[in-house]
Formats: sequence, C-alpha cells, structure tokens
Amino acid sequence: MYFGLSEEQKSLEENIQRFLSDNASLDIIKAVANGDEDKAKEVHKGIIELGLSGLIVPEEYGGLELNMLFATVVSAALGSGTAPVPFAGSYIMSPMAINLAGNAEQKNNWLPKIAGGEVQVGVGISEYVGAREDAGIEFTNGKVSGRSLFVIDGKGADAYILANKSGELYLIDSNNSGIEVVELTTVDKTRTSIELILNDVDAEFLEGSKDKAIIEKVLDAGRLMLAADTVGAAQVMLDKSVAYSLERKQFGRLIGSFQAVKHMCAEMAADLEPCHSMIWHAAHCQDNVPEEARLMACQTKAHISEVGKQVSKTATEVHGGMGFTDELGLHYWFKRIGLNRQLLGSPELVREEAGKLQGFDQ
Amino acid sequence: MDLEYGPQYDNFRAEVINFVKENENTKLTGPARSESRVAWQQKLIDHGYFARSIPKEYGGYGGDMDIIKLRIIAEEFAKSPIPKPAGGQGIQMLVPTLLSLGTEEQKQKYIKPTLRGEILWCQGYSEPNSGSDLASLQTKAELDGDEWVINGQKIWTSTAHLSQMCFILVRTEPDAPKHQGISYLLMPMDAEGIDRRPIKQMTGDSDFNELFLTDVRIPAENIVGKRGEGWKVANATLGHERGSLADPNVTQNRLNSLIDLMKSETIDGQRVIDKPIFRDRLLSIQGRLMAQQSNALRILSSQINEDQDANLSKSIVKLQGTELRHELEGLAIDAMGELGTLYEDSPHLRDEGAWQMTYMYFLGLIIGGGTNQIQKNIISERALGMPKEPKIQGA
Ligand SMILES: Cc1cc2nc3c(=O)[nH]c(=O)nc-3n(C[C@H](O)[C@H](O)[C@H](O)COP(=O)(O)OP(=O)(O)OC[C@H]3O[C@@H](n4cnc5c(N)ncnc54)[C@H](O)[C@@H]3O)c2cc1C
Ligand SMILES: Cc1cc2nc3c(=O)[nH]c(=O)nc-3n(C[C@H](O)[C@H](O)[C@H](O)COP(=O)(O)OP(=O)(O)OC[C@H]3O[C@@H](n4cnc5c(N)ncnc54)[C@H](O)[C@@H]3O)c2cc1C
Repeated sequence: MYFGLSEEQKSLEENIQRFLSDNASLDIIKAVANGDEDKAKEVHKGIIELGLSGLIVPEEYGGLELNMLFATVVSAALGSGTAPVPFAGSYIMSPMAINLAGNAEQKNNWLPKIAGGEVQVGVGISEYVGAREDAGIEFTNGKVSGRSLFVIDGKGADAYILANKSGELYLIDSNNSGIEVVELTTVDKTRTSIELILNDVDAEFLEGSKDKAIIEKVLDAGRLMLAADTVGAAQVMLDKSVAYSLERKQFGRLIGSFQAVKHMCAEMAADLEPCHSMIWHAAHCQDNVPEEARLMACQTKAHISEVGKQVSKTATEVHGGMGFTDELGLHYWFKRIGLNRQLLGSPELVREEAGKLQGFDQ
Repeated sequence: MDLEYGPQYDNFRAEVINFVKENENTKLTGPARSESRVAWQQKLIDHGYFARSIPKEYGGYGGDMDIIKLRIIAEEFAKSPIPKPAGGQGIQMLVPTLLSLGTEEQKQKYIKPTLRGEILWCQGYSEPNSGSDLASLQTKAELDGDEWVINGQKIWTSTAHLSQMCFILVRTEPDAPKHQGISYLLMPMDAEGIDRRPIKQMTGDSDFNELFLTDVRIPAENIVGKRGEGWKVANATLGHERGSLADPNVTQNRLNSLIDLMKSETIDGQRVIDKPIFRDRLLSIQGRLMAQQSNALRILSSQINEDQDANLSKSIVKLQGTELRHELEGLAIDAMGELGTLYEDSPHLRDEGAWQMTYMYFLGLIIGGGTNQIQKNIISERALGMPKEPKIQGA
C-alpha cells in the first residue's frame, strides 16, 4: 500500500514548475493578462514540448497514455504557476471524449494531432451541467444550432466538442461556416473564455456518447482538473503568505509572530492539506475504482472550491494592502481559483448532483 | 499510488472475518473489569486482534509490527456489532509510554493487567492554574526516604472514579526551569490522602473529577524516566491521544446515521433530506469528511512507507476532526428542530438523546487534549515554521 505520488509523478510536477518559473514569471503573466498573445503562445508551445498535449492520448495515437493521477499532478502544477495556457479542455477533456466516444476515423483524424500539439479542441458542456440564459445546442440532420457559453480552451481552437442537454457530444470544425465566436472577458486573464453562436453548422456526432457514461467521465475529468488547479494555486497562496509574514514587520515585530496571523495560516494549512490527498484519491478512483469515481469527483470539486475560496481570501488578507494591489500579483491566483469554482458547476450545483448520485432524492 | 494491501494479506483477512463471524453475538456484561470483559480482552489478545505487537512477556500477542494487519483487524471489526477491544487512557497512553521508557519491573507489573482491562488508568495532568500551559503545573512531590509525598490539586481527571491507577505529572525540582522540573509518577488511586470529587459536566454526566492530594505517599520506584524528565515522558505519548480523538472512520458511521435520520424526520410531511438547504449542509459535511478520510490514508501510508512524510497531515487531525464532528452532530439537531432539544427520558426523544449528548461531548473534545487554539499554535509553529509565542516576562 502506498498512498501518494510516485517518483515519476513528483518529477513531472517539478519539471513543470521549473519550466513555469523560468518561462512564465509574474512579468510574463502580467504581459499576457494585458493582452500580449505572443507571450502566451510561447508558454503554450513550451508545455507542448514538455509533452502535456499528449498526456492522456493513447500511445497508438502518439500520446503518453498516462492516467488521471498524472493529469491532476500536471493541472496542480499549472495552477501553482497560474500558467496562461489551455489545458483542461484541450488536452484532457477533448482527447478523452474523442477517444471514448469517437469512431476509428475520428480518432485517427484528431488524436495524433492533439498529442502533437498541432490542434487545439475546445470543450463546451456548461449547458449540460446547468444552462444559463437558456443557452444550449440542438442537433438535427448533421447540423448544430444554438449557443454554448464558457467553452473551455475555445479561443483560437481548431475544433469544438459541444454537448446537448442530454449529454450527447458533437465535434465541430472551427472553419465550418455559420459559427460566430464571441470572446468573454472573465476576471481570470490567465485563461481565455468564449461563447459560440451556431447557425446550421456542420457537425459530426461522437457516436459513443449515446452512452451517458461518456459525458460523465469527461465531466468528472474536467472537474478534477479544475479542482487540482485550485489546490496548486491555493498552496502557492499559503506559501506566499507564510513567507511574507516572515519578512514584513509592524509594531517592531514580524507580522508572522502575531497570533492572529499565525492562526490564519494554520487554518489555511489545516483546510488545504487534506485537499492534496483528496485530489489524489479522487484521481485514483477515476483510474481504478469506478464505483466510487463519480461521487468522489463531485465532492472533490465542491469541497476544494470551498477551501480555495477561503484560502484565497485569507492569503490576500495576510498581505495587507499589498495583497490588494496589481503589483504584487497575488490576485492572479485569487481569480484563477474564482473561475475554477464556477466552471463545470459551482459547489452548490455539484453537491446537488452528489446527492442524486447517492439516491438522496429517492 | 497503490491502495491494495496485497494478496499476501488475503489469508489474514479471511481469518479475521471468520473470527468476527463466530464471535459477533458476544455480549459483555457487568461494569468495567467484570469477568466477562477481562475474558474477552484476553481472547482478543490470544488471537492477536488486540495488543498485537506488544511482547508476550508483557501480556501482548507478540506479533510483528504490521500496520496493514492492524488496519484489516480494525476494518473487519468496524463492520460488525462484535464488541470492540477496550480503549482508554491506560491502553492508549500509559502502555506505549511504559514500553518505550518504563523500567523492566514497571513493564512486568502494569502492562499485562492494563491490556486485560484489570487495571484502569486516569491521566493526572491538568490543574486549576495549568491547563493549556501545562508545564506550569504546581502539584509537587518530594522524596521522603523511599517514598514520594505528593501534595496539590488536579482537575478534569477523566474516569478517575473508575480507575485503580493514575499517571500523574508533578513538580519535583522546584528550582529548575519549568519544563525541566517535572516528573512522571504512577499513583495508586487507593493511596491515603486522595480526595476525589466528581465534576458534573454540561452533558449532565460526571466523567471527570477533581483530585485533592494531601501527603499522598507512593513508592519511590513509581517514577517513569528520570527525575525532571517527566515533560519529555508525557510528550512522547500526547500524539497518541490527539490522533485518536477524531477518527474519520467513526465520523463516517455517524454520517450514515445522520443520513438515515434526515430521511426519516419530516417537516410538513416532507423529508428533511428533500429540503435543499438541509441537504446541501449534509453534503458539505460529507465533502469535508471525505477530505479527512483521504488525509487519513496518507497518514496510514506514511506509517507503512518510512520515506513518506505526513507531518502536516498528522498535525491537523485533532483540529479538523473534532470541529467536523461537532458540526455533524449539530446538523442532526437542526434537522430535528425543537425535537432536537429533547433530552434525558423525554417523550419523542430520538436515538436516546445521543445527538445532543455527542454535540456537547465534542465541544469538550475541542477543548480537551490541547485546545484547538493550541493546535493552531502547534500547526503554525511546528509545521509552517512561524515564530513561537513570545515569552512574557515573569510568566
Ligand atoms: C482599498 C484600500 C484603500 C486604502 N486607502 C487608504 C487611504 O486612503 N489612505 C491611507 O493612508 N491608507 C489607505 N489604505 C491602507 C490601509 O489602511 C492599510 O493597508 C492597512 O492599515 C493595513 O496595513 P498594511 O497594508 O501595511 O498591512 P500590514 O499592517 O502589514 O498587515 C499585514 C497583515 O498583518 C496583520 N497584522 C498587522 N499587525 C497586526 C497585529 N498587531 N496583530 C494582528 N495582526 C496584525 C494584518 O491584519 C494583516 O493581515 C488603504 C488600503 C486598502 C486595501
Ligand atoms: C472533556 C474533557 C476531558 C478532559 N480530560 C482530562 C484528563 O483526563 N486529564 C487531564 O489532565 N486533563 C483533562 N482535561 C483538561 C484539558 O486538557 C484542559 O481543559 C485543556 O488543556 C485546556 O485547559 P484549561 O481548561 O485550563 O483552559 P485554558 O488553558 O485556561 O484555556 C482557556 C482558553 O484560552 C485559550 N488559550 C490558552 N492559552 C492560549 C495560547 N497560548 N494561545 C491561544 N489561546 C490560548 C484556550 O484555547 C481556551 O480557549 C479534559 C478536558 C475536557 C474538556
């Protein structure tokens, strides 16, 4: 019995963190947030060179064929650096959807290109989770119409995978006619977000998604990526808080010597430490314990969103007025955690699902 | 990541399952130390299901220290109504202390009857003026010939009314700095000069006591460790207590009962669990518990794999576990509304009043065993490396 990360997983995590500290410093994050798309592309290119685009793609299609535990390790590392790159949608959810639900031709067409970093496929399933503004798509006679909001990793994508209300998945080439892309500006400027408005657009059905288990698996994976990203980001906020409290003096003392500050840090640590174990455990269940996988994924997304919210607030407070500034940049982590919390279901929504999974409504 | 215990444990688990099945209808009768309870403890020891790694010569089973086997025993016992092995301060704290720091005679004399449940122990640490600041304790002991003479007062001594022995911290070196002047003694509770007064708790029970100690004489050899080393001796086992106060597996059982309760209680004919806000609170608690269970797996793993560090994971268990348990019990009361306030033998009482009782009891555990504020000091200082509390002149 060994509960924890392997040497291989730890070294992957360190590699990504090292790459980000060398290539995505706070100055670069700020430049990207202020609209420098070239810098974002460079970082994106770098993570492709690290192999992250092929992380879960099967070896026969040129990927590394690694499991969910590896994927959460990567996502946490990206969150810790507020990496301005697409990941959860383009390199986890979409290859998973195509691999599980696509036919041979679709797999051959897309998976090697995803793995090689040649294409990016965005994922729009918000309406399956809970449609806002009555958005949603309909598929008839090979064509899709409607609207999809918050398509993950959709900006600049070569294709999109969208879900209808019953969870069936459609693959749409972004060059097809009838597509309007509306850029959405969220608080988190380290990642992009779009809305798609579709009018009779040619679409391919991913046949396997008739089985609802497919979208559930894709959704679980997406939620775990977001939760892992939050854990990575929250850990950095805690570490920065402790470090700052051991530099900053007031009243002739390090603020870290005031019990109020110590207890804020202890509470963050007490809430956050179990979240590392929880995300590993949830990923392990996705990989090996199907009967516990769904509930674990829902509860992990919900719980970690709550802890992330608390940690990001408290850490900002420990930094005093500096925490509130753009200069310090702590807000990039705060906002990253804020977006992760809402994507693919806020905690209340996801808990409702967790209740249904356990038959609480019966 | 590997959560399997391995096929080499399959036979062992089968043996345990078999034992549990054969004995699940065992009923223990009589008070603590009754013949049937002692016989049951002994039976568990003989099979290696209790005191497994404690040497035979001290009354244990004499098996190897195999964490996974201990875990399998705990898992299989937890699934069944079979009587569980006895616990208490003697088994949890005194026995490990004696095993690592006691003299050969002390081990011979005390461990076996403690394991068998023939000697019960209480913990004489806290004093009226020394609670969180335990090291400031003032109860003193002086050596007079071959006897210690103890004078002072202890308070909050749980189970003192049931115990035959007390492991007690006393000041023996009044001139030494406070942490270096304490000794750890073993005091028979039938010694002359012990005046025990029960303290009634908010729950209505009287589980703890005050001990007034006047010229209590005990043999000089009843000291564990050297004179002045009592603080170190006591600290060697405080961790055992804290870890055991809020076991997430026990909390899981309570959560299951809470779910049943929320399915059976109704408001205007609607099940409480169908009310979205109640259901959401339930699910939030479940999420927190799942995180703590994952944390417990990490701790377990660090005990099996020595290269794994789980220091921070361990240091938060008491804080997080007791708070969660208190909230869980409190949600049950809210789910019952006015009915949740019923107590003692009232009509309409649910589950023998256990929810209110445990709700209050866990507030006691938030305070006992090192308050949760002290836990936060420990987490920030020892795990996060933040500065220690400043020393106040003259304190
Ligand atoms: C939105 C905003 C508007 C502001 N507007 C103005 C303005 O118009 N004019 C102006 O002069 N100032 C202004 N300020 C500054 C504000 O008053 C300070 O930020 C605040 O007093 C905290 O000081 P600090 O930022 O130096 O943090 P610090 O004092 O360094 O505090 C850092 C952390 O340590 C904690 N801490 C510090 N000392 C203690 C202690 N003794 N005990 C326990 N904890 C302690 C703090 O609570 C905090 O969590 C503004 C700040 C903000 C955020
Ligand atoms: C149910 C129960 C069973 C117990 N059983 C036993 C037993 O068997 N044997 C035994 O010896 N003792 C026992 N105790 C005593 C227990 O260990 C003490 O109650 C506990 O250590 C707190 O001490 P105190 O009650 O003197 O509170 P105090 O130390 O006076 O604390 C009062 C408040 O001040 C806070 N405080 C104190 N110091 C600090 C600090 N440095 N920083 C921040 N906050 C601080 C505390 O957190 C608390 O909120 C038991 C207590 C309870 C409730």
